[in-house]
Amino acid sequence: MIDRLRYYLPTLAVFVGGIVLWEGAVRALEIQRFLLPPPSDIAAALVTNRDLLMAAGLTTLIEAVGGFAIGLTGGLVVAFATSRFALARGALMPFAIAANAIPIIAFAPIANAWFGVTSPVSKMMIVAMLVFFPVMINTVRGLTSADAASLELMRSYAASEREVLTRVRIPNALPYFFTAIKVGATLSLIGAIVGEYFGGATVALGRIIVESASFLRFAQAWSAIIVAAALGIGFYLIIIGIERVAMPWHASMRGQT
Amino acid sequence: MSGTNSVVAIRDLGKTFGNEGSQTVALSGINLTIQPGEFVSLIGPSGCGKSTLLRIIGDLTGPTTGTVEVNGKPAARARTDRDYGMVFQAPVLFDWRTIEANVALPLEIIDMPRARRVQRIAEMLSLVELSDFARHHPWQLSGGMQQRAAIARALAFEPRLLLMDEPFGALDEMTRERMNTELLRIWEQTGTTIVFVTHSIPEAVFLSSRVVVMSARPGRITKVIEVGLPRPRSDETRELEPYFELITEVRESLKAGGHGSDAGTIADEPLEALQ
Amino acid sequence: MTGATASFGRRADVGGALASLGGIIRSILAFVVVVLLIAIVWEAAKWLGGGIWREAFGIVLDPPHMPPLRITQLNDTNLPHVWEVVGALFEPATRRSEFSLFAVLLDAALFTWRGAAIGFALGAAIGLGLAILFVHSRLLERALVPYVIASQTIPIIALAPMVVLWVGRDWPSVAIISAYLTFFPVTIAGIRGLKSPDPRALELMRSYAADWKSVLWKVRLPAALPYLFTALKISATASIVGAIVAEAPTGIAGGLGRAIIQFNQQFTSGPEKLWATAFICAALGIAFFGLVRLAEMIVLRNRQREVEA
Repeated sequence: MIDRLRYYLPTLAVFVGGIVLWEGAVRALEIQRFLLPPPSDIAAALVTNRDLLMAAGLTTLIEAVGGFAIGLTGGLVVAFATSRFALARGALMPFAIAANAIPIIAFAPIANAWFGVTSPVSKMMIVAMLVFFPVMINTVRGLTSADAASLELMRSYAASEREVLTRVRIPNALPYFFTAIKVGATLSLIGAIVGEYFGGATVALGRIIVESASFLRFAQAWSAIIVAAALGIGFYLIIIGIERVAMPWHASMRGQT
Repeated sequence: MSGTNSVVAIRDLGKTFGNEGSQTVALSGINLTIQPGEFVSLIGPSGCGKSTLLRIIGDLTGPTTGTVEVNGKPAARARTDRDYGMVFQAPVLFDWRTIEANVALPLEIIDMPRARRVQRIAEMLSLVELSDFARHHPWQLSGGMQQRAAIARALAFEPRLLLMDEPFGALDEMTRERMNTELLRIWEQTGTTIVFVTHSIPEAVFLSSRVVVMSARPGRITKVIEVGLPRPRSDETRELEPYFELITEVRESLKAGGHGSDAGTIADEPLEALQ
Repeated sequence: MTGATASFGRRADVGGALASLGGIIRSILAFVVVVLLIAIVWEAAKWLGGGIWREAFGIVLDPPHMPPLRITQLNDTNLPHVWEVVGALFEPATRRSEFSLFAVLLDAALFTWRGAAIGFALGAAIGLGLAILFVHSRLLERALVPYVIASQTIPIIALAPMVVLWVGRDWPSVAIISAYLTFFPVTIAGIRGLKSPDPRALELMRSYAADWKSVLWKVRLPAALPYLFTALKISATASIVGAIVAEAPTGIAGGLGRAIIQFNQQFTSGPEKLWATAFICAALGIAFFGLVRLAEMIVLRNRQREVEA
């Protein structure tokens, strides 16, 4: 326990130091408070608005997690289907890699129009698109990059394709898969907020940020930003936790290098 | 000649790699019969095709000409019937499985009932003396131990034939000698037929009943040398006069067959990647 | 002489290591085929569940086709016909404008791209700089990497207005926000890449009493290049997203972000324009990505295989 604390001491020191510096700089240099609110103002805003922020956080979180689930499922299904057939893979992978380069934000207004601006489904769809492509691309890569030696071993056992899939390809794909969903976890919160920017229910983090900023109430805006960041970090840490459990062999290996 | 109860029967085997542009003749005119319970080594310079020959026996690649029969069947059917076990130069253990789970792999594939499987794994691990490491992961074991695990896995479903492709190539000399003694003990206990590919002349002589000396590419059989050393063989065997004479005989045959044109490692021999 | 030697190692997947021209052409063809397939599915869906078809590709349908189902998402407002979207590109951008929509969007795309490219370069430089710093100082790495990761959980769309307030309503703001999204993948990949050389290579340099700058230049950076390029491809996309996100909420005129806002407002009267804008955004993203991919193929042409992020 003490070791853990000592390990994270520099990180904590930076955090505390950063806050102190921020507070000090704003006061000392008399920067306009509304441009860059000091941590004390932001903390105050957090406390004042905590009920609103919790409700808004929940709305945004539901959009993020819902979209994440949809994108994850879709990505996995398509990945398994295409990894089977080299032809489909040859056609779809370049497309998926290119589609991953599309700024999804361009389709946010369209999603709103399709599924209703105030409905959480429109935000979920945006998040789903953000999550789908990395999951699909990385899972296909993981499934098809099995060691040639392992494949030969399975051939020497006259193992069926399904057995090769379950015993070799899927375990081999797990690290790639987790890389993708770690990225997806943080993206899903951001995607939900970006979707909300273009319109949505009022009690949502994105809308609070937008409206607070437009009224120049930056402390309030920052309080919502912090809640959003905290949710994103929390989601990311949960995925890391799942990764530790699912791949104890891999994580502990990493510890050795 | 080739009796109907021979384990491996190879007739007029040839193997050519490549297409019209550039072709490599790896093997040419190979005739070889292996009887049950024998320990046969294949030795030759780099690129002579010995690994390729082993892989053809195991139906990991096919011959261009000639036939291969394993246990009286075509090699392909022997593979689907799971008549043989194979040990590669690299242990090829799965990182995500414990040692005992790795040994379990072929048994899971043949759907062996769980109770029998557990018992079998325990037998195999004690045979290779890795029982204490059953719950460890491959990276926690040394190279020699990993190879022992690979041998345990190869023997798990009691194949009549064991194909070994330089399994001790990556080990140091002393570990290698110890592993040789181990392997002979296991061989005597199980009575399997072993075809063993190696670069090392002392190893080939120490282990085998017969040493098949191959020539440089295109690989032909230069000579088959009977090894009449008494069994069981031990460290004392390595000090016997006939042992050194046989080593010299093998060396002379190798020279007669020519050295490989490219000095190099086993990776010189073309391997076909699988889908 | 010898045939191709395959080694027991990681196999590159089909869509990955395309070192040959044939591979590039096949890739582009595959992409085009999929796009055409999407267009076919698009129209097929509308045939089955959209609004009434009075014409197709300019040819009048007599009698008009009445789709059997009625799905809102497929009607002519939400999903205009493919030819309507393409057609809108060649018509004037707005009633008063003398330029075609395509010209306007192309202009906006270049504006956005300028901010994104500068942000990309800036972010890549910062990212690499941080990676080099962290590789040489374990303490700084431990202290700061969590913040680097946490920085990406802050919705940049929220910071955009503040940045614009400080820096002004032009491309510098766009570049800064772009850089914010770009530096992260480069930092993470840079750390991995700079730490990736064989320890024996580093020992060799030590035996030459080489200083850290030589080691960096001769060993670490070359080893890091594949990792960096993998990250740069992600960053290319991120920089475009950053640029659009910077422009949209802040009303910086002249870029694609502004165009999205504008055509979103006109959605009910002219949905094709928003769709066309979305496609131009997609094209820009893909083009920039392709550019970085091309650079990767040239710089890494003698290397073995693509490295996964």
